[in-house]
Amino acid sequence: MKTEKASLLVKGNEAIALGAMAAGCECYFAYPITPQSEIPEMLSRILVEAGGEFVQAESEIAAANMLLGATACGKRAMTSSSSPGISLKQEAISYMAGSQLPAVIVNVCRGGPGLGSIDPSQGDYYQSTRGGGHGDYRTLTLAPASCQEAYDQTIQAFDLAFRYRNPVVVLGDAILGQMKEPIQAWKERAIQDSRGLSWSLSGARGRKPRLLKSLYLSDGALAGHNRLLQEKYQAMRVECDWEAYKTDDAELIIVAFGSMGRISKSAVRQLRERGLPVGLFRPITLFPFPDEPLAKLAEEGKRFLTIENNAGQMVDDVRLAVRRQSDSELYSVLPGILANPTDLLEPIQRVLHT
Amino acid sequence: MYQDVIIAGFGGQGVMLIGNVVAFAAMEQKLRVTFMPVYGVEMRGGTANCTVVISDEEIGSPIIFSPQTSILMNQPSVEKFQSRLEDGGVQLVNASIVDADLLEQDRIRTISVPANELADELGSVKMANMVMLGAWLQATGCLPLKAVQAALGQVFGEHNARLIPLNQKGLERGAAFVASQAERPVL
Amino acid sequence: MLQEEQQVFSPPEALVDTPTHFCPGCHHGIVHRLVAEVLDRLRVAQDTICVASVGCSVFIYNYLHVDAVEAPHGRAAAVATGVRRARPESIVFTYQGDGDLAAIGLAEILYTANRGENMTVVFVNNTVYGMTGGQLAPTTMVGQKTTTSQQGRRFETDGAPLRMAEIIAGLPGTVYSARVAVDTVQHIKKARKVLLKGFTNQVENRGFSFVEFLSACPTNWRLSPLEANERVGKELIRAFPLGIFKDQESGGPDTESRRSE
Repeated sequence: MKTEKASLLVKGNEAIALGAMAAGCECYFAYPITPQSEIPEMLSRILVEAGGEFVQAESEIAAANMLLGATACGKRAMTSSSSPGISLKQEAISYMAGSQLPAVIVNVCRGGPGLGSIDPSQGDYYQSTRGGGHGDYRTLTLAPASCQEAYDQTIQAFDLAFRYRNPVVVLGDAILGQMKEPIQAWKERAIQDSRGLSWSLSGARGRKPRLLKSLYLSDGALAGHNRLLQEKYQAMRVECDWEAYKTDDAELIIVAFGSMGRISKSAVRQLRERGLPVGLFRPITLFPFPDEPLAKLAEEGKRFLTIENNAGQMVDDVRLAVRRQSDSELYSVLPGILANPTDLLEPIQRVLHT
Repeated sequence: MYQDVIIAGFGGQGVMLIGNVVAFAAMEQKLRVTFMPVYGVEMRGGTANCTVVISDEEIGSPIIFSPQTSILMNQPSVEKFQSRLEDGGVQLVNASIVDADLLEQDRIRTISVPANELADELGSVKMANMVMLGAWLQATGCLPLKAVQAALGQVFGEHNARLIPLNQKGLERGAAFVASQAERPVL
Repeated sequence: MLQEEQQVFSPPEALVDTPTHFCPGCHHGIVHRLVAEVLDRLRVAQDTICVASVGCSVFIYNYLHVDAVEAPHGRAAAVATGVRRARPESIVFTYQGDGDLAAIGLAEILYTANRGENMTVVFVNNTVYGMTGGQLAPTTMVGQKTTTSQQGRRFETDGAPLRMAEIIAGLPGTVYSARVAVDTVQHIKKARKVLLKGFTNQVENRGFSFVEFLSACPTNWRLSPLEANERVGKELIRAFPLGIFKDQESGGPDTESRRSE
């Protein structure tokens, strides 16, 4: 239930930490990396004060595997990192997907490849939406664009993780992580009782032993397991979420997510003031991708321009979504460049007038 | 209502602090606000800066290339941000340490504030940032001075509470300086 | 007069009554049984969460009546840390081979021990990667032939085998570290006592306990089960001395390791 509370002026990273607290996160494991270190700094204090468990792990790999252990026990648990660290976590994420564990993983994305830079980037779109590690799996991926959404979607991430018994990625970037905005921290902290879960480990007292695994060697077992996983990923489609801004009468629709979504929104507003028929479609869930509403806009004859803070990744999904009627142009702001609305005006007008 | 500002200066001049104070005061005024710091490598040495956007509507970009206003605390900040100010924009410049010959006056409006001297008169050159912020508040009229003074208490916390009265004076001094230069707000 | 039959021996309740997948002469089965006996003795099987590793040891969950979770290769100690923090009231143990624990999982085991996590680690050292076909392991002895050291391990190129029980004993977080063998009845009896201590420590909340088992791998050693068993006594124990390398009340930054026996 939402109760009116005083606003807090917090960084996006802090909003994520507060969201995890509100969601009843009991265990949090992390390794320091810029630009997300405010999350472990904050949770090492407030989570432990609230009786939760924090471990600063020896590596990103260990942190992700501690997460695996805690979620196997049915606890609400989380890890967070930034791009290079998320790469290291992929092994455990694949195992958690295979073992159907409800983990929450926060990626405050930075520039890559390799060590890249600490600049904002959306370069981990593929990694987040295609599974990221080995094998055929998907992680639900949420892309907040404001500090309030960072708070709200972190809470939502825990709920989705348990609803589908699947890892959920909250994909932010350095802009979101470092900027401050007022948020309404509306939810009281509530701990979920993990004992009632039908799958979690707690010792087999009074019941049959339980096993959480991803190894399926017997004839046909792995295929059956994969079929079940794929059906689950299909079922997740009902979770599709997006924001449509001035799309009804638009000729050209900008598709952009996260921080790039809100930067694009400013550009759309400025162009609307000049009377230009442009709108914004901002996917909020990146997996499942909101392809149906995009396809519907394509049927209405709209054209599309995808704007990303990477070399062009989400544009693949946009093109797939609109492929029957339309296509999407791409405007790429490469990682290492801090995007701003002014720089978007010319490329949007260029596409609009072709 | 929409107002954006880039605040820039040397690390240690309290640039981030006044950005935070403005953001907090705006929030308390029930306005929307974003505060975007530059962080990390760029912060060590050189120019520190942050962007604050205040609006009564939902804010799009927290990053602004060409701001309406700027508070420039040192020479490198003027070199970096003066040319980016939007046409007709207003920049407040710390005249104590900025070369006056560099300052544009036609395309944009420049308000030169001898912030270091004014702060020194109050007893601490560290108040230069508050003097500049007070000047900006007077020039833009976007937030009541009293609201910003009240925000100091929240941003400083108990540990630094003893510093609040002097900082409040800094704000007043900057505002008074601009008021003495012009009959009405320049925006 | 015919006496009434009295049962003097039965398999441990915690052990699943089923044939194992292990090769003839492999020592894993004996170690499984000892684990089951200790869990029964302490009456904690129903409170236990087992963290399985990767390699021949992974299938331990098929042979014990306990809750279990499978860890990625080398990560069992980190997974067990997560389990431990999530379930402070449970009994937690990992079961890991030498490749898993001492090569790819070296960082995890060192840090878990050093944090003094209240858990028990069962480490089975057979000096080779078993499941993948007998390659050079972190514990392969100098001179020992494997499929990736076909002329025998050379210190100059491959380094020396790691003595994990001694290394773990040197960490302040460890309360108990020992190496045992199961090649003779006498050694098995001693191993049971040591393992019991390793789990009792956990029940009594003392901290991190580590028990290394020297184990035969006839298949990858290219030996008969009997020959492999003999090799443990003749060669392995010389390279990896049996003993209790640390045994104290609790872990902590000021504790010193000491060797007994």
